[in-house]
Amino acid sequence: MSESQECVAVKLEVNGEPRIITVEPRTTLLDALREQLALTGTKKGCDRGECGACTVHVDGRRVLSCMTLAAMQAGKRITTIEGLEHEGKLHPLQAGFIEHDGFQCGFCTSGQIMSAVAMIEEAKAGWPSAATADVRRPFTIADLSDAEIRERMSGNLCRCACYPNIVNGIAGAMAPG
Amino acid sequence: MHPFALSKADNTANAITAHAQDPKLAFIAGGTDLLGLIKDRAAHPERLLDINGLPDMAGVEALPDGGLHIGALARMSDVAADMEVRRRFPVIAEALLFAASGQLRNMATMGGNIMQRTRCPYFRDDDDPPCNKRRPGSGCSALHGLNRNQAIFGWSEACVATHPSDVAVAFAALDANVVVRGRTGQRSIPFTGFHRLPGATPERDNVLDRGDLIVAIEVPASAEARSSHYLKVRDRQSYEFALVSAAVAIATEGRRIRSARLAMGGVAHKPWRLTAAEAELRGASLDDSHALRSAIAKSFDDARPLAGNAFKVELAQRAALRALQTAGTRA
Repeated sequence: MSESQECVAVKLEVNGEPRIITVEPRTTLLDALREQLALTGTKKGCDRGECGACTVHVDGRRVLSCMTLAAMQAGKRITTIEGLEHEGKLHPLQAGFIEHDGFQCGFCTSGQIMSAVAMIEEAKAGWPSAATADVRRPFTIADLSDAEIRERMSGNLCRCACYPNIVNGIAGAMAPG
Repeated sequence: MHPFALSKADNTANAITAHAQDPKLAFIAGGTDLLGLIKDRAAHPERLLDINGLPDMAGVEALPDGGLHIGALARMSDVAADMEVRRRFPVIAEALLFAASGQLRNMATMGGNIMQRTRCPYFRDDDDPPCNKRRPGSGCSALHGLNRNQAIFGWSEACVATHPSDVAVAFAALDANVVVRGRTGQRSIPFTGFHRLPGATPERDNVLDRGDLIVAIEVPASAEARSSHYLKVRDRQSYEFALVSAAVAIATEGRRIRSARLAMGGVAHKPWRLTAAEAELRGASLDDSHALRSAIAKSFDDARPLAGNAFKVELAQRAALRALQTAGTRA
């Protein structure tokens, strides 16, 4: 068991690239992304796990980077909002938020989009939610109603209250064509 | 956050020894409660021991005898998504899905969930008001303060806080066991005896000692688990702690209740089992809502509401009734 209050070097993958960060044990993943890697798309809202503005993906799952210690992420695959576009093309969720005007001030938007991308994968994997009528039955992506989207996105607050357009942006991005 | 050291546990025995010998060491897994407590200066560990790498603690397994084994490091979202859990123990899946947010459920572990500390606003206040959980002996600000969301059962002058976990209420209803490995080996703690009432020592939430590590939660097979339901009543429709909640599981013969298991959240320092109501419900018809309501009322004779939460006495009984009726549609 090695133990230190001193800075430690942590190797991880951020948006597809291997990176090494040097952090104190108490440094959150959020602060490491913003202040060491200059990836400021991920926002610090409440810093208490309540608002969702800091949502990123760790090994493909949506998590709150403000409640995650960077030093515990060695070997993990991190994706932030900066890593969503592909060869200069916006991710469908990014395009969906623009098309449906899913934001006003924009502060929560990175977290909303990161949350939505992973939320759709959860629904595709058959995960139910608190809005699911009967958890005993299998859930399919076709069951992902607007009510389901609202419930599954409830961990992302929007002080501008753009919720209707956020739901439309997500539903729109999932629509075929 | 204050500075602390961080290390990774290499094996279970060493982790237990380290925790037993070092009162300033805390285990960390999901971290969703511990880091919040540190940020709110309600916890002051000097060393964190990351237990995420410990072996054989992350699985969810439906056992051939009808029981369920949940590793302490299993994430809430994985347990809630498990088809066997959903089919055989819907009350567990529902309690998990009504808790926290999608992000938090992906992070938080099952062992950590039942270890989470109260959401009493005085306990979480980093202005450090009197709170016997924050600073033993300093008093209870909630007793005569804002106590709308505090306990109606089992509280003491020293503490009126409630336990915030949803799934703990389901575990209490189903007579689960907490499997703990400690300095002297492994033991099973019946769920209803795991959390404590506050008494004169509210700083202790549960019966664990230094050097104790939760390795699993085991839910026994029961005739009732398949016909079960979790109902949560809260100020917001989503992403909020319970005002009151009810976990109900029943076995029936036709429309008559053969046996019922009821536990409530948001009403006490621990999940609150309605044993008097359970006895009274035996033989009652699911179609006789008046009889069901009267049976549930038997468990509220000893309710002691505070100045701000008398509404919970009525709300809790109505929630229990509705949860019972919903479980009845699954029988």
